Amino acid sequence: MLHLIIFSVFGLVCVAGAVNLLAQRHPINSALSLVVVMGSLAVEYLLLGAEFVAAVQVIVYAGAIMVLFVFVIMLLNAGEEERTKGSRVAMLFGIPGMLIGSALIAWVLLEHSGTASVAAGALPGPPKVIGWLLFHDFLLPFEITSILVLIAIMGAVVLAARPESAQQTKKES
Amino acid sequence: MSIGTFILVSVIKIVIALVLLLTAVAYTVWLERKVVGHIQNRWGPTRVGPFGLLQPLADGAKFIFKEDLTPPHVYKPLYIAAPMLALVFALTSISVIPVGNWITVGGIQTPLQITDVNIGLLIILGVTSLGVYGVALAGWSSNSKYSLLGGLRASAQMVSYEIALGLSLIGVLIMAGSFSLRDIVDAQGGHFWGFIPRWNIFQGQIVAFFIYLMAAYAETNRIPFDLPEAETELVAGYHTEYSAMKFAMFFMAEYANMITVACLASLLFLGGWHGPLFGPPILQAILPLFWFGLKVFAFLFLYIWVRGTLPRFRYDQLMAFGWKFLLPLAIANLIITALIVALKS
Repeated sequence: MLHLIIFSVFGLVCVAGAVNLLAQRHPINSALSLVVVMGSLAVEYLLLGAEFVAAVQVIVYAGAIMVLFVFVIMLLNAGEEERTKGSRVAMLFGIPGMLIGSALIAWVLLEHSGTASVAAGALPGPPKVIGWLLFHDFLLPFEITSILVLIAIMGAVVLAARPESAQQTKKES
Repeated sequence: MSIGTFILVSVIKIVIALVLLLTAVAYTVWLERKVVGHIQNRWGPTRVGPFGLLQPLADGAKFIFKEDLTPPHVYKPLYIAAPMLALVFALTSISVIPVGNWITVGGIQTPLQITDVNIGLLIILGVTSLGVYGVALAGWSSNSKYSLLGGLRASAQMVSYEIALGLSLIGVLIMAGSFSLRDIVDAQGGHFWGFIPRWNIFQGQIVAFFIYLMAAYAETNRIPFDLPEAETELVAGYHTEYSAMKFAMFFMAEYANMITVACLASLLFLGGWHGPLFGPPILQAILPLFWFGLKVFAFLFLYIWVRGTLPRFRYDQLMAFGWKFLLPLAIANLIITALIVALKS
C-alpha cells in the first residue's frame, strides 16, 4: 500500500515536471524541470524493484546529460523564449491533440494490451541479473548499440574538428 | 524489528551521523588552516581557545551574523536554491557510508551506517553527480562573469573526471562482486602470508587507487585542480557573489565532499575498518572505528598537504590530463583486472 502511494505521488511529480517543462519560458527552468522528471522516473524504477536501472538513470540522465543541457544553456546565455503567433497556433492545436493522443494510448493499453502489468518490486533489479541479461542473452544487440554509439562519437568529432582542418588545408595550399 | 523501533533507530543514527559529519567539517577547516599555516611558516589560528581549537565556532558565529547580501540582477530562485542544493547533496552521500561492523544495543542489532543498501556505491556516485547542479546554477544565476566562468569550468571538470573516477572503481567492484560498501569492506578482511592485509590496494588495485585519488581532487575542486574558484583569475569563481551563510553552505559542501571522498577511498582501497585488533573486548569494539577514523584522517591530511605544496594547473592541462591520461589508464586497469579475475575463476 505504502509502495502504491509513493509510486502515485512520484508519478504525479513526474507529470507535473513534464508540464512545467513546457509551461516555463526560461530555458534553464525547463531544463531543471526535466531533471525533476528524470529523478522521479528513477524513483519509479526503484519502487518497481529495478534499483540498478534507477541508479543509472540518476547518474547518466540527471547527473551527466542534463548537466550538459544546463552547460549549453549557460554557455549560450539563452534568454527567455518569445511567444510568436506560430507558437499560439501550436498551442491551440497541440493541447487538444495531446489530450486525444494520450486518451488513445491509455485506451489501447487498458483494453488491448497482451502483457500483464508489473507489480511493485517485481522487475529483475539486482546488478547481477542485469549483467547476465546484457552480456549473455542480449549480447549481440548490446554490441551493435555500442558500435552505433561509437559511430555517433566519431561523427561528433569529425563535425567538431572540421573548421580547423579546413584552415589547415588553406594554409597548405 | 517493528516499524516504530526502525524509525527511532534510523533517526538516532541520522542525528549522530550528521553531528559527526558537521563537526568533522568544522575541524577539517581548522586542520587545514593550521597545517597550511605551518607549511607556510606561520602559526595558523591560535587566539580562540587552546591551539585555536574554538576557531570553527567563532567562524560559524561570524557567518551567521554577517549581512546576507543579494546583488541586483541575480536570478533569485536559483541564486537562493544553489547553495542549498550543493549542501544537501554533499550531506546526503554520507547516508550509505558504513563506519564499522554491526553493533547490538539493548537487544537491537544495527549496522554502523544509516542504511545498508545493495547499490550503495552507485547511490554515492549518483548523489555526487547531482552535486554539480549547485555549483553550475550558482555560477549562472549570480549574473557575474567570474561566477559564470567558474560555474562553466566546474561543470565541465566534474563531468569529465567523473568518468575516470567511476572506471577506477569498477576494478574494485569486480573483485568484490557487489555494489554494497559493506560487502566490499568484508571482502578485504584477513591477511596474505599472515601479515600483509588483504586490502584492495595490495591486491593489484594500486593503479586504480591513484587514479581515484587524482580524480577525487578534481571532483572536489581542490588544489591542484581548483580551477572553478581560481582566485588569481576568477576572484572566487562560482561563489564570488555569495556572502554570509550562503557562502558558508558552499564552504561546508566542499569539505563534506572531501570527507565523503576520503571515507570512500579508505572503504574501497584501504580495507575500511579492518586493522589489528587486540586487548580487552571493549577495546576490540572501539578499535575498528579508530582504524577507520585514522585512515580518513590520513586522506584529509594528504589533501591539505597537497594544497600546501602544489601549484594550480592550467585549464587545458587539466582537461588533457583527464581525458588523455587518466581515462585510458583507468580503462587499461579495468581490462587487466577483469582478465585476471576471469582467469582465476
